[in-house]
Parts: sequence; structure tokens; C-alpha cells
Amino acid sequence: MSDAAGGLAVEARDVHKRYGAVPALCGVSLEVGKGEFFGLLGPNGAGKTTLISALGGLVRADRGSLAIMGHDVQRDFRLARRAVGIVPQEIVFDPFFTVRETLEIQSGYFGLRRNGAWIDELLERLALQSKAGANMRSLSGGMKRRVMVAQALVHRPPVIVLDEPTAGVDVELRQTLWAFVRGLNAAGHTIVLTTHYLEEAQQLCSRIAMMKDGRIVALGSTASLLAEFSERVLRVKLEKGGLPAPLAAGAALEATGWWRIPIADVAHVEDALRTMREAGAAVASLEVAEPELEEVFVKIMRREEAAAR
Amino acid sequence: MSGFRTLLYKEVLRFWKVSFQTVAAPVLTTLLYLLVFAHALAGHVQAFAGVTYLQFLIPGLAMMAMLQNSFANSSSSLIQSKITGNIVFILLPPFSAGEIFAAYLLASMVRGLVVGTGVFAATVWLIPLPVGNPAWIAAFAIVGCGMLGTMGIIAGVWSEKFDQLAAFQNFLVMPLTFLAGVFYSMHSLPPFWQAVSKLNPFFYAIDGFRYGFFGQSDVSPWASLAFASAAFGALSLLTLHLIRRGYKLRH
Repeated sequence: MSDAAGGLAVEARDVHKRYGAVPALCGVSLEVGKGEFFGLLGPNGAGKTTLISALGGLVRADRGSLAIMGHDVQRDFRLARRAVGIVPQEIVFDPFFTVRETLEIQSGYFGLRRNGAWIDELLERLALQSKAGANMRSLSGGMKRRVMVAQALVHRPPVIVLDEPTAGVDVELRQTLWAFVRGLNAAGHTIVLTTHYLEEAQQLCSRIAMMKDGRIVALGSTASLLAEFSERVLRVKLEKGGLPAPLAAGAALEATGWWRIPIADVAHVEDALRTMREAGAAVASLEVAEPELEEVFVKIMRREEAAAR
Repeated sequence: MSGFRTLLYKEVLRFWKVSFQTVAAPVLTTLLYLLVFAHALAGHVQAFAGVTYLQFLIPGLAMMAMLQNSFANSSSSLIQSKITGNIVFILLPPFSAGEIFAAYLLASMVRGLVVGTGVFAATVWLIPLPVGNPAWIAAFAIVGCGMLGTMGIIAGVWSEKFDQLAAFQNFLVMPLTFLAGVFYSMHSLPPFWQAVSKLNPFFYAIDGFRYGFFGQSDVSPWASLAFASAAFGALSLLTLHLIRRGYKLRH
């Protein structure tokens, strides 16, 4: 995935950054292969935005190196910046211009003079055609966000970085946006995404890095992280009787009165139910909970907090 | 192909879209200055031989408007972009420091020159001026607007809030313009203040500019051009250095 020479979309080597006395990145190393859909997760203040800003040249690393498609972001800044489109986290816009002017100007910044066809396509795919002539000021937050996505894509960058693109965005737009980004990924673009919606990350990202306090604390394929840190659980609520001893050994009782019984796979559900029936326990309700990234996230963050103590 | 042309175009379009505020208003203000000072001082000041006070005043006021508007253009564009955050759209594309510098500088100069042209267009009907040497006029217009355009970039990059920019403008730019001989000839000052005036680079821009019209000036136009150009050059080097280092732009 990321071992072939020259096959990397993003490469961070031991990146350090401090703001005054406050450390923001403490030796981050990371590789994202071309064509990956990569998730960068972590609590607020973990350093995700600083890392993304360093990729775009908005922040200068104190130590270490960063490269996009093999171009160092400082030495070969022109090639590196052509290779990446960054959608910043904060909604920002230039109130002097219309949507189309904004996109034409952004194209021009990359030396693209006749970019009308691609701008039209972006407007259409982001459902912005009807707003093309509207001033940026008159747009809703969600629409401004879509214009920012279009701005990041005017130069058709092979690497696209989205910093919490769905924060405060309604469900419909979120789905439009993800369908669009998935399409870009299928067309060969590398996607780097940060989000607080872990469900989204689980559905979209093939690989994930978790950050905390300026460090990468977990890195792997989404599937392997789920397998390692989360489990399939049978949740049951009993009408009468207790949970039989063989099951109770590995189970946990939730505050709501539900039992959580870890199971390796769905076939074991039948075994567990039989054990309960034979012991005289009557099941009121049951459900099978699939492994969740949220659980992985919580476990890893708790482990890090414990290690820091 | 580089994005420099688009950045320049965008910076010009930005002020042109609000030209009532950025062009028409300063032209009107300048005319009001002219009206008031002419009425108050016309009988009292004789600056150059054969030149009425009104005539003397016009190039000075025009240059003052050009200097102030060149400064206002780059400084307000940068501080607005920084405060609203849309500066990222300039910082993310593959611009070199030189391209950013040149685009902001040239757009400032365009605004200064447009305002200056507006002042002359509005006054030429009432108070005709001699045009002794258009080359000097053009040279000082360009160097003056360039000097202030660069100062505007420095102020815009350095300021983190509007208050700081206002301080730069009101405590540095305004005193330097008002004390640069817009309203009087330097020779009318006591020797000490004459010496102080000679440290002010704005003085040379105005004095040389006036020479282009009347063929008379307080100091030689060559000396003025040398001083003003040296100030412009030094400020440009400083500005380029700040942008290249990412001072207060790239953290």
C-alpha cells in the first residue's frame, strides 16, 4: 500500500512544531499511499489541523520534513502545492466576489485561465449552479462550505485534504459531499480526512491514524483497528433469571440493565442463547452490536491518558 | 503559467468594485481640502514665483491622496484577509514571495494613480496647471505610490487587528504626509524644521512631483528622485524579506 518508492501521496517524517512554549506536533511520521482514503482522527487540540496546515505551507514545521506526491513542501513548494487541495476547517470567503468569480480567481492562482468547463462541473456536482452569480456573503454556511470544497479542487489536485468538512452541516449536504468525495477517490484521488463523526470515518476510510497531544497513537487499516480494539457484542435484556455463569464470566452489565456478551462471530449467538435457555433465563430483548470505531477511539484515548499519568 | 496576473487582477478588482469608497471619496476629500485651504491661505502664502497658491496646492494635495490611497489599498486588503481568514486562499496556491509582493504593490500603485488622475481630472477645468515635464511627474507618481504601497504591505502583514493598522496609519503615515510640504514650501520653515523635513521621504515625492509641473522645487529633482527611490528600494527589500520568511503569515 505504501511501500513502493515514489508511491506515496503524503509523507511526514518526524515533524515537530511548537507555538511558543506549546508543543503542537511532537515527532509525527506518517505515510499515505496514492489512492488511499485516509482518516486522521483525534480529539480537539491533538494536532490534526497543524499537521494539515504544515502540508499546505500555512505552518512551517520546526523540524522534520513533509512531502506531497514526492515534492517537499518547503523546497519544491510550487509542485507540492499544485499537488494538493486543502479545504480548511473554518468557513472563510472573500465577500467581494460571486461564487463563479471566486472559482475563476482561484483557478487563475494556479495559472489556469480557461477552466470554465471544470468549474461548471464542480458547480453542478456540488449543487451550486443556481448560486453561481450570487455574492459569497449571501450564501448559507453549508453553501459556503461547498464553495470551499470547489475552491480546493479547481486545479484538480491528486491529493485532497478535508479538515472536518461536515462540522455543522446538515444531513443531506453531508451525503452529497460524501458521494462526491467517494467518486473522486474512485477516480484515483487520494483523500485525507479529519472528522469528529467516527461513523463517517469508519464507513469511508480504508486506513486511519489517531492523534493525541501531537503524536500518532494508533495507525492501521480500519479493519485491523476494529478487530484489535473493538468486538462484536450480543446485548440482551433478561425478563427473569440471571445470566448463567459461563456467559457472565466475560460479560458486562450496563447501567440500563442490558448485558453485553462478547461473541467471536454470529454463529456464537445461537450457542449463547441456548445456554441461557437451558439455565432458565428468559430473554426480553436482544441485539447484536457490530464493532465500532467509536469504541476503538475511546479505548485508545483512555490508554493514552493512563500512559500519560 | 503563474498565478501572478490573477492575483494582481483580483487586487485591482477588489478596490474597483467599491470605487465610490476607494476612488470617488478620496477625490472629493481632496477637492474639499483644496476649497478650504485655498480660501483660508490664498492671500498669505506665496510659495513659488509666478505660481498662485491654488496652483501650488494641487500637485501636493494630489500626491497626498495618491500616497494615502496606495497605502490604504495594500494594508486594508491584507488586514481584511487576515482577520476574515480568507488569506489562506492566497497562501495555499503556489505563489512565490516575489509574486505576492509584486501583485499587492502594483494594485496599490494602480489605485494611487487612479485617484491622482481623478484629482487632476476634477480640477483641471477650474485651475489649469502648467505641465513642465511629464517624465518627472510620472517618475514621482510611480515612486511615491510604490513607496506607500510597500509600507501598506508591511503594515498589513504586521497588524493583527484594525487598531494596530489605524495606529500605523495615524501615527506614522498621516504625520509624514502632512509634514511633507503639501501645504507650504519648505523654505518657509525655520532652519531646524527644514532639516527635519529633509529626513522625510514623503517630502521628496511631493517636491519632485511639483517640479514636474512648475519647473521649481525646494531641492533638486535628481536628489528627490534618489532619496525617494532609495526609500522605496529599502522598503521593498524589507517587505520581500518579511513575506519570504512568512512573518505573521505562515506560522
